[in-house]
Amino acid sequence: MSDEFDDLKRAWDDATPAPDPARRAEALALAMKNFDRLQETEETARQTSEAPKTGPFRGVRQMIAQFSTRGILTATTALAAVALVAVLPVLRDTPDAPSNGVLDMFSPGADAPVPSTTTSAPQPQLAPPAESMVKRAPDPVAPAADPAPSAGRAHNAANPPVARPMNRAANTQSGGLMSLSPEGGSPGQLLGLPADTRPLSEATSDRFPEVEANGLKVTVEEPVSTFSIDVDTASWSMLRNYLSNGQLPPDGAVRIEEMVNYFTYDYPAPEGEVPFATSVGVTDTPWREGTQIVHIGLQGALPAERPPMNLVFLIDTSGSMNQPNKLPLLKQSFRLMLGQLTEADSVSIVTYAGSAGRVLDPTPATDRDTILAALDRLEAGGSTAGQAGLQQAYATAQEMSEAGEVSRVILATDGDFNVGISDPDDLEAFIADKREDGTYLSVLGFGRGNLNDAGMQALAQAGNGMAAYIDTLAEAQKVLVDQLTGALVPIADDVKIQVEFNPAAVAEYRLIGYETRALNREDFNNDRVDAGEIGAGHQVTALYEITPVGSDARLTDPLRYSAAAPAGETDELGFLRLRYKAPGEAESRLIETPIAADAEPLAEADFALAIAGFGQILRGSDLIGSWSMGDAIALAQGARGTDPYGYRQEAITLMRLAESLDR
Amino acid sequence: MDVSDETLARAAADGDRQAFAALVGRVYDRVYAYAYRVTGSKADAEDLAQDICAALPVKLKGWRGEARVTTWLYRITVNAARDRFRRQASFARAADGWGDWELARRAEAAETAERVDWLHAAMTALNRDLRETLALVLDGVSHGEAASILGISEGTVSWRISEAKKRLRAIRAAEAEETKA
Repeated sequence: MSDEFDDLKRAWDDATPAPDPARRAEALALAMKNFDRLQETEETARQTSEAPKTGPFRGVRQMIAQFSTRGILTATTALAAVALVAVLPVLRDTPDAPSNGVLDMFSPGADAPVPSTTTSAPQPQLAPPAESMVKRAPDPVAPAADPAPSAGRAHNAANPPVARPMNRAANTQSGGLMSLSPEGGSPGQLLGLPADTRPLSEATSDRFPEVEANGLKVTVEEPVSTFSIDVDTASWSMLRNYLSNGQLPPDGAVRIEEMVNYFTYDYPAPEGEVPFATSVGVTDTPWREGTQIVHIGLQGALPAERPPMNLVFLIDTSGSMNQPNKLPLLKQSFRLMLGQLTEADSVSIVTYAGSAGRVLDPTPATDRDTILAALDRLEAGGSTAGQAGLQQAYATAQEMSEAGEVSRVILATDGDFNVGISDPDDLEAFIADKREDGTYLSVLGFGRGNLNDAGMQALAQAGNGMAAYIDTLAEAQKVLVDQLTGALVPIADDVKIQVEFNPAAVAEYRLIGYETRALNREDFNNDRVDAGEIGAGHQVTALYEITPVGSDARLTDPLRYSAAAPAGETDELGFLRLRYKAPGEAESRLIETPIAADAEPLAEADFALAIAGFGQILRGSDLIGSWSMGDAIALAQGARGTDPYGYRQEAITLMRLAESLDR
Repeated sequence: MDVSDETLARAAADGDRQAFAALVGRVYDRVYAYAYRVTGSKADAEDLAQDICAALPVKLKGWRGEARVTTWLYRITVNAARDRFRRQASFARAADGWGDWELARRAEAAETAERVDWLHAAMTALNRDLRETLALVLDGVSHGEAASILGISEGTVSWRISEAKKRLRAIRAAEAEETKA
């Protein structure tokens, strides 16, 4: 390592003053006290079950929920009852529990500093744990909240004296905990030990789904590939935001299918009754000699007349939204969008922060003054009562909905929407349930800092909506003006794609992107399995890299003892099957198209490939050989086309930026 | 005899008081050193170390042995440090800390003065991300581990380190110029 490094290390070692021995001793003594306290309490607490994952008694509740066998059910219920009995006396017997250990340092007047993390001095009480057992107990904090899926509520209830903003932070953090494994559950939680001991987690960090890139599949072993379509574009905007700030995006933020789908391509429009047209093309792979790309393009129909829409905006006005690129940008974005709505459409606004409230009753979209006035009144501040807000939004949507109309809740947030229903699974289930009733959900992400990208994705998927990330007014223009109809009017639901490759023609294949959208083979024909929706005019692009039989580029050796690949017709690379449901229908329809080996490349395939290559480089894929950002830029330059809005030029600019950052 | 962190942590998680006492001592020193490097403030570093040690017994219950203790601890420390300073809106103050420290430095032994000067210049030249990453890597943490601690990709770690190097080199060059002049 270079000199300056050694210098720095030495300097550091020299310059770090020894900690004050008294303070060190004090801290260690405090730690020991906490340790002993925990050991004492553990004995009894352990009797309940394994340590709960996130909240009091969660483990027990889950068990009850998961086991259906009557015997087990009875047993676990009994166990829970025993646990309750066992725990409650402890609480009663140790009234000084909270004033010991950890709390010492948090009490005002103590020598220790006020902790930086969530500061609160919750009084462990008998009531909170008991409440969490009895799900329908009234909630002292949010009397308006009704008892929908809630795991985090007990948390709120356990901290009545908490200052509001803090409360919010605590909740974010416990959200973060789940993903951050080290903090897991602890018996201390059973006793209502302060949240303060747990939440030193990455509350600021944006959270992204962690997925491995799709690997290479050998056709003989696994000839069928199934996935759900995805029309989200959030990944591209997020990536732009990272790169413009001079950072390379984390792998999880790079979702190649979303990058490719951000751009529009010149696919043929559907004819007749079908909601979308399917086209298939075959091109050579730019990044690897001897392989080909199977390019699948869907083009959604644009209805001549858009059906009226009922939109409920559920706006996060919590304190963290008070940044120029959050609430103010959101207000501007909505102003833009209003111009696209007609008098048949109606709009309502529900906010959630502190207390949830409907700030705008359903109003015809042409009544701009009323709507804009309500928008202007929005102020960021306070904590988040997400659950109450969500429920109110859905109630409003239901109220507005008339037969044949599209109802949609549009959640605008910087990521902190899990409060109240802190278990993401519960939240998803709630939204999926409402989807069945005909109200969809889209998610607009704003700002960065605690954006929960993974959560946004999951919610929008559950709500049959799109997740978009809005970082600039230009992006708002694209999402909420240019593509508004597509974003808000579904033309086909649960669109699934299944490709069966012909082992006689294709030796290996690999789906590029769609990692978060993979489906099981049997899910394809199962109409109960949810998948993505296509909105009016939407386009969807999927790319497979295939290695033809006999190509030098093949990465795996053919098996010596397997049955010889069936000879015969090899002018088909594979067979494409597509299932979708017309909106509101329960039964899916099937579209089938063979993939001809000599299919022409689709229009503007090169640009899609350049973007896919860009994504793979960002993800550090090892399947693209030495193909570089320079190659991607050259390919994109050559395929820029007319580019009327400059989106493609922007892509090239970002690629160049990424190239420089990567050095 | 040098008992590994893992052994201590496992014993402590099972309720071994002695093991915990040994572990928490190590933790305090490490957290303190890391926090000092990132913030340049002795008081902040002490506060942070105390917070983490106080919470350690509970946290330990959540440690399931899947990550190395050091990695796990660093992750907690990094997050706690970010959390703390974000809340105090004192990332700016973190830089000031180096300023306060500059005053105290004058009393330091003359021998270390030169390197210390260099350190002061170097630290203020780096932003938090770089400082955070550099503090880990200089502690002997591998790039891969640092990536997992900071929740970023390994590429980003390497990039940050090379960026830090670049800036340090620039400072070096500027210094050399000055000496010449």
